[in-house]
Amino acid sequence: MPTIARWFIRTSLIAFVAALLVGIAQAAPQAPAAVVAVGPVYVHLLVVGWITQMIFGVAYWMFPKSLKDAPRGSDSLAIASYVCLNVGLLLRVLGEPVHTLHPTAGLGWTLVLSALLQWLGGMAFVVNTWARVKER
Amino acid sequence: MPRASRWFIRASLVYLALGFTLGALLLCNKVVALTPALTRLLPAHIEFLLVGWVIQLVMGVATWILPRFGVPRSAYGSGTAVWVAFVALNAGVWLAATGPIAAGRLGGLLSLFGRLAEAVAAVVFAANIWARVRASGLSPM
Repeated sequence: MPTIARWFIRTSLIAFVAALLVGIAQAAPQAPAAVVAVGPVYVHLLVVGWITQMIFGVAYWMFPKSLKDAPRGSDSLAIASYVCLNVGLLLRVLGEPVHTLHPTAGLGWTLVLSALLQWLGGMAFVVNTWARVKER
Repeated sequence: MPRASRWFIRASLVYLALGFTLGALLLCNKVVALTPALTRLLPAHIEFLLVGWVIQLVMGVATWILPRFGVPRSAYGSGTAVWVAFVALNAGVWLAATGPIAAGRLGGLLSLFGRLAEAVAAVVFAANIWARVRASGLSPM
C-alpha cells in the first residue's frame, strides 16, 4: 500500500473516532453550548473525514494503474488532496463552533478558507482519479 | 473494470465534484451571506454526496470486484439489470435533489418519485449481484 494511501486511511480512522466522540459529547445531558454548536462538524467528520477519506485512500491504492511512469496518477496531486482535505476539515472543526457562538469574533475567514481547501482537496482527487477508471 | 462499473464510478466522481462545490458555497454562505436561496440547496448537497457519490461508488466497485471465478463477462450478472440500476439511481438522485428546491406539491412529488427510483435501483442492483456473494471456489448457490 503506498504511503499516501496509508495516510488517507489512518487519518480516516482518527476522524471516525473523533466523530463518534463528538457524537457522545453532543448526546450527553446538559452538554455545553460549544459542544452542541458542533452539530455539522459531527456529520462532516463522518462523511468527509471518515467515509470519503477512506474511499480516497483505498481508490488511490487499488484502482487500475494508469501510466507506466505514474501508475497512480500524480503523487503531488494526491498529497495536495490529502493536505487540503484535512487542513480544511480541521479548520471547520475548530472554526465553526466559535463562529456559531461568537459570529462577531472575526473568525469567519476560517470557514471560508475551510470551504476552499476542502473543495480543492475533492477536485484534486477527482482529477487524479479520472484516468484510472478504465478497463484494465 | 467492466463498462458499467466505469459509468458508476465516473458518475460518482462527478457527484463528488458537484456535492463539494455546493458544500463549499453553503459553508461560505454562513459567513459571507452570498444569497439566502443557497440554503435551499442543502438537500441537493446531501443527496449528491450520500447517494450520488458514496452509494454509487460502492455499487460500481461491487459490480467490478465481487467474485466471478474466471468465467466470462456474463458473470458480472445481467447487463440489462446493471444499466436499469444505474439509470434509476441517477434519475432518483436528481428528482430527490430538485424536489426540495421546487417546494409545494410538485416538490413533494419529485422527492417521492426520486426515492421510488432509488429504491428500484437498490432492489434491481441487489437482486442482480446476490449470486456473486459467495465463498471463493464454490459453484453458484
